[in-house]
Amino acid sequence: MVIFVVIDLKFIYMKILVCISNVPDTTSKINFTDGDTKFDTNGVQFVINPNDEFGLTRAMWFKEKQGATVHIATVGGPTVEPTMRKALAIGADEAFRVNAEPTDGFFVAQQLAEVVKNGNYDLVIGGRESIDYNGGMVPGILASLTNMNFINTCISLEVDGNNVSAVREIDGGKEKLSSTLPLVVGGQKGLVAESDLRIPNMRGIMMARKKSLTVLEPVDGLTTTVDKKFDKPAPKGQVKLATSVDELVDLLHNEAKVI
Amino acid sequence: MSVLVYTESEKGKFKKNAFEVASYAAAVAKMMDTTVTAVSFNNSENELLADYGVSKVMHIANEDLSTFNASTYAAALGQAVKSTNAKVIILSSSTDTKYLAPLLAGNLTAGYVPNVVAAPESVSPLTVKRTAFSNKGFAHTQLETDVKIIGVSNNAYGVQENKTDISVEEFSVSTDGISNATRSVEIDKVVGKATIADADIVVSAGRGLKGPENWGMVEELADVLGAATACSKPVSDLGWRPHGEHVGQTGKPVASNLYIAIGISGAIQHLAGVSASKTKVVINNDPEAPFFKAADYGIVGDAFEVVPQLIEKLKEFKAQNG
Ligand SMILES: Cc1cc2nc3c(=O)[nH]c(=O)nc-3n(C[C@H](O)[C@H](O)[C@H](O)COP(=O)(O)OP(=O)(O)OC[C@H]3O[C@@H](n4cnc5c(N)ncnc54)[C@H](O)[C@@H]3O)c2cc1C
Ligand SMILES: Nc1ncnc2c1ncn2[C@@H]1O[C@H](COP(=O)(O)O)[C@@H](O)[C@H]1O
Repeated sequence: MVIFVVIDLKFIYMKILVCISNVPDTTSKINFTDGDTKFDTNGVQFVINPNDEFGLTRAMWFKEKQGATVHIATVGGPTVEPTMRKALAIGADEAFRVNAEPTDGFFVAQQLAEVVKNGNYDLVIGGRESIDYNGGMVPGILASLTNMNFINTCISLEVDGNNVSAVREIDGGKEKLSSTLPLVVGGQKGLVAESDLRIPNMRGIMMARKKSLTVLEPVDGLTTTVDKKFDKPAPKGQVKLATSVDELVDLLHNEAKVI
Repeated sequence: MSVLVYTESEKGKFKKNAFEVASYAAAVAKMMDTTVTAVSFNNSENELLADYGVSKVMHIANEDLSTFNASTYAAALGQAVKSTNAKVIILSSSTDTKYLAPLLAGNLTAGYVPNVVAAPESVSPLTVKRTAFSNKGFAHTQLETDVKIIGVSNNAYGVQENKTDISVEEFSVSTDGISNATRSVEIDKVVGKATIADADIVVSAGRGLKGPENWGMVEELADVLGAATACSKPVSDLGWRPHGEHVGQTGKPVASNLYIAIGISGAIQHLAGVSASKTKVVINNDPEAPFFKAADYGIVGDAFEVVPQLIEKLKEFKAQNG
C-alpha cells in the first residue's frame, strides 16, 4: 500500500541565507592609517555585526521550530573567517566566503546576489546596517538585484508556507506588513529579544570546526563609491556644569540657544 | 540636468525634512549651475517648496501610491529620474527613505551615500562628507557612477530659505508590473507627539531612573519642551519602555538640536547614537559618569530632585517667553 502525504515542502525545507558582516567590536577605538585613507585594524576585535546577530538568532529559531536550513555568507578576505566560525558555532549549517575586499555596498550586494541565485534561498536575512561604515544598503540593493521582496528595519518575522508576516520600525511607531517568499530582510534588535542571543558553547565551537566553509571567487562587480579620506570629530570642549536648574535654563536659552 | 530631490509627504503635507533636503538640493544645484526639481507624492501644498530653491515639482497623484510602499515608491521615483535624465538625486534619512534608497540604487545602478552631513566638497567628482563608524568618524566619499544618490542626515544641513519661481506639473507613473507583494497591514504610530527622528529636542532616560513607574517626570519634561522621549538600551531590554525608544549604536540614531540624558551613564554604544545631536545635557548623580565627557552642559545631582525642579523652571520660562 502506498500512502501519499501532502506536505508543504517550503515549510519544512525553507532555505535561509544570513549575510554576516564582520565589524569592529562596539567598544573599539576608531583610528585611521595610511594618511587617513584606511581604517586602522590594529588591536581591534572583530565581531558579528550586532544587527546580523539578531537575524542569525531568528534564523536559528526557524531552523529549530520549522526545520529550515541556515547558511551564512560573508564577502571578505581570510581574516573574516573567525567571525564566520562564530556564526557556525551559534548554529548555522554551512558557510560561504566570497574572497574579495568588500569595497562598497553595491559590490557586496552583487557578490551576495550571486550566492543567493546559486543557492536558491527562500529567505535572506541581513542587518539594517553594518555598524562600521553604516551603509544600510546591502540588503536593499541585493533585493533589487535578485528581484526578491524586501522588508527593512524588521523587528518581527513569521513565515507560514510562502506567506510572511512581519513588523518594521517606522519613525514614531511600527508597521505590520504582509509579504511572500522569496524575501530579503534588513533586521535589527526586536527580531529576537536581547536575552535570546546565544553565546557559543564548547560543543558548538567544536562542531563549527567541522562544518563546511566554502571559499568562492568573486564575480565581476561594480564599486560605486570610494572613501577617499577619513577623519574624526573635533575633540569635545569641557562640559559646563550648572549648579542650579535656573543656571541650566539660562545657559540653554542664552548660550546654546536651543530653547 | 536638474538635481532631483525626493520630498516626503504625510497625509498630503510635506514632512519637516522635505524642506531640509530641498535646501540641500538647492546648494548642490548652485554648485552644478543647474536647477532643482522635486518629486512629491499626493501632496496638496507643493508651492511651499518655492521657499527653498525648488523651481519645478513633479507631482505624482496616484491612488495606488496613497501610502508609502518602498518598492512602488522606488519604481515611481526611478521613472522620474529616467524621464528627467537626472544624474544627482537627493534624499532624506527618514526610516521610509532609508528603506527605499537602496532599492532605487539597485534599480538604477547608482552609487548611494547615506548619512551625509554637509554640502558636497566638490561636484566633479562628486565628493561628500558623511558619518561612519557610528559617528566616531567621518568619511569623505566620492561617487563614481553616472547616477548618484545622496542621503542627507537629519538636521545636519538645516533649512535654508531661498525663494524661487516654481511650477508644479503632474507626473504620471505606471505601476504596472511593479511588485507590491509587500503590503502594509496596519500602522501603529503615536500621533500628535514628536518622534525621535524629527524632534528638535529629545529627552532620554536610563537605568538611573530605577523603574518604569518613574517615567512620569520624563514625559512631563518632554511635554513642556515639545520633545520626543527616548531611553537607553537596558531600559528597553527590561521592558520599561518600548523598543522604538531605544537610542544608540544598535538603536535609533538621534540628531536633535538638544538631547537631555537623565540617569544614563554614557556608554560608548549609547554615545555613538546620540553624538550627532548638537547640544547634549546630562543629569546624573555621579560626577564620574562618562557622559559628562561627551556633554556640553550638565548638572551633577539626583534626577528625582533635579527633573521636577527643571520642569517647574521651564514652565515659568515658557510662560514668560511664549
Ligand atoms: C553590542 C552592544 C550594543 C549596545 N548598544 C547600545 C545602544 O545602542 N544604546 C545604549 O544605550 N546602550 C547600548 N549598549 C549597552 C551599553 O553598553 C550600556 O550598558 C548602557 O548604555 C547603559 O545604560 P544606562 O546608562 O541606562 O545604565 P547604567 O550604565 O546602569 O547607568 C545608569 C546611570 O544612572 C546614574 N544614576 C543612578 N541613579 C541616579 C539618580 N538618582 N539620579 C541621576 N542619575 C542616576 C548612574 O550614575 C549611572 O551613570 C550596548 C551594549 C553592547 C554590548
Ligand atoms: N561584507 C559583507 N558580507 C556579507 N554581508 C554583508 C557585508 N557587508 C554588509 N553585509 C550585510 O548587509 C547588512 C547591511 O550592511 P551595510 O549596507 O554595509 O550597512 C549587514 O548587516 C549584513 O547583513
